[in-house]
Amino acid sequence: MHLVINGNSMELGDEVSSVTTLLEHLGLAEKPVIIEHNRDILKQEHYRQRMLENGDTLEIVHFVGGG
Amino acid sequence: MSGTNRYHRQTLFEPIGETGQDRLMESHVLIVGAGALGSGSAEALVRAGIGKLTLIDRDYVEESNLQRQQLFSEQDAYEKLPKAIGAKNRLNDINSMVEVEAIMADAGADLLSELAPAIDLIIDATDNFDIRLLVNDISQKFEVPWIYGACVAGYGMTFTIIPGHTPCLQCLQEYLPSSGATCDSAGVIQPAVQHVVSYQVTEAMKLLTGNRAQISGKLIAFDLWKNEHMEMEIEKLKKPDCSSCSDNRTYSHLSYGNQTKTTVMCGRDTVQIRPQGNMASLSEVAEKLRSNKNLHLSWNPYLLSIQDGDFRIVLFQDGRALVHGTMDEMEAKNVYYRYMG
Ligand SMILES: [Zn+2]
Repeated sequence: MHLVINGNSMELGDEVSSVTTLLEHLGLAEKPVIIEHNRDILKQEHYRQRMLENGDTLEIVHFVGGG
Repeated sequence: MSGTNRYHRQTLFEPIGETGQDRLMESHVLIVGAGALGSGSAEALVRAGIGKLTLIDRDYVEESNLQRQQLFSEQDAYEKLPKAIGAKNRLNDINSMVEVEAIMADAGADLLSELAPAIDLIIDATDNFDIRLLVNDISQKFEVPWIYGACVAGYGMTFTIIPGHTPCLQCLQEYLPSSGATCDSAGVIQPAVQHVVSYQVTEAMKLLTGNRAQISGKLIAFDLWKNEHMEMEIEKLKKPDCSSCSDNRTYSHLSYGNQTKTTVMCGRDTVQIRPQGNMASLSEVAEKLRSNKNLHLSWNPYLLSIQDGDFRIVLFQDGRALVHGTMDEMEAKNVYYRYMG
């Protein structure tokens, strides 16, 4: 599957089909992240259901504490 | 200096102009934290000519700060000058027309509540979410906007929180790293600091000069090293039952904690101890410890440093102590009470 994540084009294997599997693939499953899928912000309780399609755009950000 | 030409380039910038400059010069900004982000924001706002700056910080200058904390010099690190004092000295040199109030303390609920009524804007330059959630409650209670900012490695994030308009930090609580997980050991590069500062100061200028319509309204994140830039509309994340900004608000962070508190300081191998009640003065403590030949004491007007083998305790006038050489809160307390019990 072809996805654009934070502006970078990425080719991903068949194991990635949803936001949940994508986060697992990226090693972010345990991390609290904010996700925008095709310009639509996802609430955390909806991550799981959201399926991904070829060409989708995602923005994934996480809070940091340092200053 | 007459000051008539001082802000010429800024007033030429049309959205600010003479009117915006007058507003800036009447404004009072609070910056919480005088580390990397705080140094950058303070210098920019003082150069820009705000009316008054209040700066709160609990720490002192160390050599490892100099790579990114632009207000401090080698001499400041050598003298272990409190950051609030070092920053004020430098800021006064940069622009004597701006009143700078330096407060050497932990930014607690009482202190912030006392300051808030006179403040137009709060800039976040802290290093942990306990203080940020407290600042967030203060912001909502006193209806003062605040600008979140943080960075690690080449990554940074910022968001402007305007009471009554945007979601607040408490609305986003489920996305915040759990306590303790914020101690990033990934280091940080100066340009990432500057990039966050640029966003924070520009948003501050918009707010303070009456250009609210220009406020981004978006959560902005970037990774300079990975060439990434993200912007998100997060209006939908505003919580209808938020404990800080909803109709059912309780400001839960304002009532928290009046007991002795210990805090592990990020990436520093250091624990802060903030005791309650009256403390002996620094000179009394120094007098008491002087006869102990195993200890090496050094001091300046603001703090007393006690070297005890692998541990170093730094005591401040307000009773706080930093125990260096441990990240274990119990061990830090034991070391502390050895001398302060
Ligand atoms: Zn809220």
